[in-house]
Amino acid sequence: MKDLRHHFEAPLRTTAFHERIAAANVLNEWAPWAGYTTATVLEDAETEYTAIRNTASLYDLCPMIKYRITGSGAVDYLNRLTLRDVSRLPVDAVHYTAWCDDQGKLLDDGTLFRLGETEFLLCCQERHLPWLADSAIGFDVSIRDATDEIAGLSLQGPCTAAVLTEAGFDVSALKPFRIARYPFQGSTLTISRTGFTGDLGYELWIEPGLALPLWDRLMEAGSYCGIRTVGSTALNLARIEAGFITTNADFVPADQAVREDRVRSPYEMALDWMIDFGKGHFNGRRALLKERDTQSGEWAFVALDIEGNVAADHAILYDGRDREIGQVTSAAWSPVTKSSIALAHMRRPYDTKAKGGIWAEIYALRELHYVKLMMKAEIVARPFFAPPRRRATPPGRF
Amino acid sequence: MQSFDAIVIGGGTNGMACATRLTKGGKRVLLLDAADRPGGAAIGGDGASGASQMPLAHLLMMLDPRVHAGMDLDQHGFSYAATDLATTALSATGDHLVLEGPAGASLSGSLSDTDRDAWATLRKRLLTYAEALVPFRALTPPRIARKAGNDMLGLAKIGLGLRRLGRDEFREFLRLFLINVADVLEDDLTDERLRGVLAFDAVLGSWLGPRSPNSLLVYLNRLAGEAAGTRAALALPKGGMGTVADAMARSAAASGVTLQSGARVERILIEDDRATGVVLTTGETYRAPTIVSAAGPKQTLLELVGARHLDTGFVRHTRNIRSRGGAAKLHIALTARPDFRGADLATRLVIAPDINAVETAFNATKYGEVPERPVMEIVIPTAHEGAGADDPHLLSAIVQFAPHDPRDGLDKARKQMLANTLGVLEDHAPGIGGLISESELLMPQDIEARYGMAGGNWHHGELSVEQMLFLRPFADVAQYSTPIAGLWLASAGSHPGGGISGAAGWNAAERILSRVAA
Amino acid sequence: MSYDAAIIGAGHNGLVAACYLARAGLKVVVVEKNDWIGGAAVSRELHPGFTYSNCSYVCSLFRPEIMRDLELPKYGLQVLPYEGGAVFTRDGGYLAIFRDHDANRREFARYSPRDAEAYDRYSRDIMRHCRFIRPLLMRTPPDPATFRPRDLAELAWLGRKVGEMSESQICDMIRFWTMSISDFLDEHFESPVIKAYLAVSAIIGTALGPMSPGSAYVLLHHYMGDVDGNVGAWGFARGGMGAITQALTASLRASGGEVRTGKGVEQVLVRNGRAVGLRLDGGEEIAAKRVLSNMDVKRTFLKHVDRDELPPDFTRRVERFKTRGSSGKLNIALDAAPHFPALPEGAPMLKGDLHFTDSVERMERAYDDWKAGRFSRDPFQDTMIPTMIDPTMAPPGKHFMSCFIQYAPPKIDGRDWTDADRDAFGQTVIDQIAEYSPGFKDRVLHAEIRTPRELEAEVGLTEGNIFQGELTFDQLLFNRPVPGYAQYKTPIRDLWLCGSSAHPGGGVMGAPGRNAAAEILRDTRAPTEMREAYAVV
Repeated sequence: MKDLRHHFEAPLRTTAFHERIAAANVLNEWAPWAGYTTATVLEDAETEYTAIRNTASLYDLCPMIKYRITGSGAVDYLNRLTLRDVSRLPVDAVHYTAWCDDQGKLLDDGTLFRLGETEFLLCCQERHLPWLADSAIGFDVSIRDATDEIAGLSLQGPCTAAVLTEAGFDVSALKPFRIARYPFQGSTLTISRTGFTGDLGYELWIEPGLALPLWDRLMEAGSYCGIRTVGSTALNLARIEAGFITTNADFVPADQAVREDRVRSPYEMALDWMIDFGKGHFNGRRALLKERDTQSGEWAFVALDIEGNVAADHAILYDGRDREIGQVTSAAWSPVTKSSIALAHMRRPYDTKAKGGIWAEIYALRELHYVKLMMKAEIVARPFFAPPRRRATPPGRF
Repeated sequence: MQSFDAIVIGGGTNGMACATRLTKGGKRVLLLDAADRPGGAAIGGDGASGASQMPLAHLLMMLDPRVHAGMDLDQHGFSYAATDLATTALSATGDHLVLEGPAGASLSGSLSDTDRDAWATLRKRLLTYAEALVPFRALTPPRIARKAGNDMLGLAKIGLGLRRLGRDEFREFLRLFLINVADVLEDDLTDERLRGVLAFDAVLGSWLGPRSPNSLLVYLNRLAGEAAGTRAALALPKGGMGTVADAMARSAAASGVTLQSGARVERILIEDDRATGVVLTTGETYRAPTIVSAAGPKQTLLELVGARHLDTGFVRHTRNIRSRGGAAKLHIALTARPDFRGADLATRLVIAPDINAVETAFNATKYGEVPERPVMEIVIPTAHEGAGADDPHLLSAIVQFAPHDPRDGLDKARKQMLANTLGVLEDHAPGIGGLISESELLMPQDIEARYGMAGGNWHHGELSVEQMLFLRPFADVAQYSTPIAGLWLASAGSHPGGGISGAAGWNAAERILSRVAA
Repeated sequence: MSYDAAIIGAGHNGLVAACYLARAGLKVVVVEKNDWIGGAAVSRELHPGFTYSNCSYVCSLFRPEIMRDLELPKYGLQVLPYEGGAVFTRDGGYLAIFRDHDANRREFARYSPRDAEAYDRYSRDIMRHCRFIRPLLMRTPPDPATFRPRDLAELAWLGRKVGEMSESQICDMIRFWTMSISDFLDEHFESPVIKAYLAVSAIIGTALGPMSPGSAYVLLHHYMGDVDGNVGAWGFARGGMGAITQALTASLRASGGEVRTGKGVEQVLVRNGRAVGLRLDGGEEIAAKRVLSNMDVKRTFLKHVDRDELPPDFTRRVERFKTRGSSGKLNIALDAAPHFPALPEGAPMLKGDLHFTDSVERMERAYDDWKAGRFSRDPFQDTMIPTMIDPTMAPPGKHFMSCFIQYAPPKIDGRDWTDADRDAFGQTVIDQIAEYSPGFKDRVLHAEIRTPRELEAEVGLTEGNIFQGELTFDQLLFNRPVPGYAQYKTPIRDLWLCGSSAHPGGGVMGAPGRNAAAEILRDTRAPTEMREAYAVV
């Protein structure tokens, strides 16, 4: 093993797939993600996005933080930690969840994989070891950062079931949010039908030593449909269309917020559907009950369809022309819906009664000058794009 | 089975005060105590049955007047053997200094007039500040948030009291508020004995040295106490400290409290996020809509309730309650009256020759070590009960500082602590070693084991600025209530701390009565 | 000739005050007893070819608003940030400090994976406290004991600031201000080495140990440098700390101010209760409409003002102002860069601060020595080699090393330091470095050893206290230096304090000088261009 002390020579680490991605990254555009180098764009963001929506795409998930949680108290522990009822999550299934601090403010969201009766994998954006460890006091459970032990790969797009079958992994019976295992070169490949694109897709989990052979097998199997390696720019566009939120893009984790007013509760991020008050005590329960009963949440989280075709990144929102009522957190011109879409924090009650209509103040940088646009916006349902193929089992052939 | 409105866990002074006050407020109360008899740190008789029967506390100085009067203690067998106890600052050469009256109102012994005058001035100032803080003791700590239901009138009165000190004194109060006691003593006084005994008193029972900032405030808190109706005085109950506990127990019973001894609570029942009862180690279950714990906050929340019923941040706060005990307790049975170079044994004897002696004794405990030359406060109960020169005597001493988590293990540390303590005693009372028939030294860990005080700290949590008032034991639970409906805290770990006072229990009861519908 | 203002002492605060007054059109003169300018912010050639920052050694606290107002970059000031840092451990290892967040996290993870992730919340908490405190640095403290409209307004402003915070945040803040850094770190971290590294800022310059309540606040005092950038970012002034006072002097002269060196002030001249000028050593008198003292409050009033002019209560309080020095310094000329075998080849750690104390307990034991009146036998040092980043300070290939040492008491066993004490103190420090750097002693060309005695004799800091007064709550804000006189005014009309004895205290910050000038200009109603503290956004 490389001398741990020499990390100053390479502050950012490379992932198990780096060799292949570096070769494909002809633009050489990289960005840090949780201490790793990840590609933002490899060749062309639009082509990469097109692969996600029309054929098949591969995205390197290795930097995602993964905590392995095991022990006889794991279910009780996770029930205390997170908002949803973990006892209802079957083995070999996944659910999307979130967790809060004492005040009922979000610390993070993520996916919880139940790999066995007492074995779980919690995947998220931020690091939480001290919180997870302190939450374990009084439970028979052990928690370990397993980020480096598992190489993750996201295979997304209408052709992905076909690609996997071609690669020798029959996923025709695998339902959304379920997990299946396949032998691969003497090891086990775990495939979950999950993703961050709102399209048909899978996430693949393998020991890091087999990352490159797996990559090669998938690229070969997908060559018929033009499978592409994609970067985070294309993925971000797809996730906004799918209406998914990202930590530190759409909300600030409560333990990171320097400014106290930046924190958000599940009610304020439209995640209250997750809360299971009936399962017994969990972190933030008392505060959330109070928030529910007194309707004290100050914010709403909304999806906006904004007129025009200019992406409304970080636009300030108004009721009429002068009353500030919110901020856009994520925005894009959506190729698949052909509209300017946005996710936004909106001060209550303007999410239901903005008398003067909702307006977005957009600054479009055009040849050195900002063009200031006041654009009408409308609250719409999330996701912006939800093709039936994402849930069909067996998946259709595209 | 009899039904109760409230169950109080822990039959120490706070538990008994709380149970009695609740009963007088119309509640049917069950008081559960783990020991064979109630009293907690005040348990014990006059020590007639030997050194090991002596109580942890050996002087009264904080007994809350509301508790004293409200429990009619005088009607239940409580009286003073000595009030306004003097203190002798022992000198190894016999040149003792005696502080007479409350907080050394007058000084006898060789002392310069300058120091006498300076002490008179300083004493007056400190007592004035302490007086301004007295009303806080009987108050539920205010909350910092606006519209939090504070007693604004009461607070305004206290604030006004401070401003009434006058401009210069108010300024001086703000300067001295968080200062270390050593600087104040060195600025004003020159006599080593006087500075030593005052520095000792300031940090008695705390985990601070006299050079630690904030130590003056801890001293003011001590001066805000009272005994036998006199501010900052020391007193000794007739028949030993155990009579306080016995009188309180009789009073509680007389007022209608159902007292059950030998009942160790294993856990508090939580149902649907409400405290609904307690389960004893025997498996017996008692139910009541109000559960009050006079066990320490750490023990109550982490052991009796359990982390899983609490939020993680709250658990962190609970674990962060600092509760390092810095005092050991020495009990000695003597075959005859000891001689501290002529000192009056019917006074409190303090061995703390100068500020540095106290500070140096504290240094060791920071690293889990035993100090070479501990400092101590000695009470000889038998001297107050008329024992003759050749009669057996008992000696009780609080010895500082002792490590709460000795580096070399408890047994070795205890042995070393005892040896070092006896060495210091021998220097001040030559020949005392030959009179010892029985001795017992309780290290903080022993005190924890025997009395359930976390870390062996008498206050169930250090009494330090960052754990005072609305920060005691920590902000979330400073108003005696907890996040679990129906569960209340009433130990010395809550405001205003311990020291055979009953104030925390009384305050908690008042709060409960005002918040829980009849 | 008469001046509008005469300033005693050409330290950074005296110069800052002079600059502001000169820019407002006042005729000012700064009088300095030494032959050189700079007070405790100096670059001096004390060994041929080597420039020593022989007192203060890092630039972190200097207020950017003042740098901008006085155009210091234009007058030559450059600040170079640290590029690393290390704590050497007794087992031959080290904890490195990196500027890069991820590298730093992985370095912490070598000692504790949990601590590595706890560091972010710790930094967040510290930043919250800094954001509250920072605006107070550039404001005159209110006097809570008066009912003057200005004091009441300032108190109300403070109250509003507190009121903007949540209850739990206020409680966190009060706890933080009153607790010890050791206890605070125990709440966040488990690794002794990481705690030792983080405790450093809480003890530098203070007469407290890391286990003393109130030490957590001192950490804040050192972290206020660059709140919205890197928490606690520190840097070197190119050419040594004298670069700061040289730039200030150039700025002052450009505004028509004068600096006179080589003659100290014997007495502040007071007539009818007003300061009217100075009498210099040798008898020369300088008439001035007002006098500002950059000396500490004790030196000013106990040595250079006629006692009869002062209210006895004030004098008594000044006498009791605590200025116990706690630090010493070694300035070393090295023949070659020291070699630390623990560090990997090519590591950037030498381009920052180096520590040899790997536990809070060792720091506290070093403090116990100080309390007992002796210098620490196993001292804490904050050591750096500025020439690793700034080659202008030594001949090519050679290096200047600055070692800031704690603890060194103002007196040894109650008596004055002797030369033998001083040399033994120096040897202790060099021995400590040599434990981690074999051959170190052979590379030492020259070492200047400074104890509180030397610091007082040369720079005039009473008892060698680098902050001109200890930073405990009884001497902060409206208590600094004396309750009732925390607004730069003194009992003598037209005599003002502008040094670190006044709010907000020590460090090369410039805020006391700037705030004193602001009060004087308010007093004279002179038009002024003075920037308010940058808003915390």
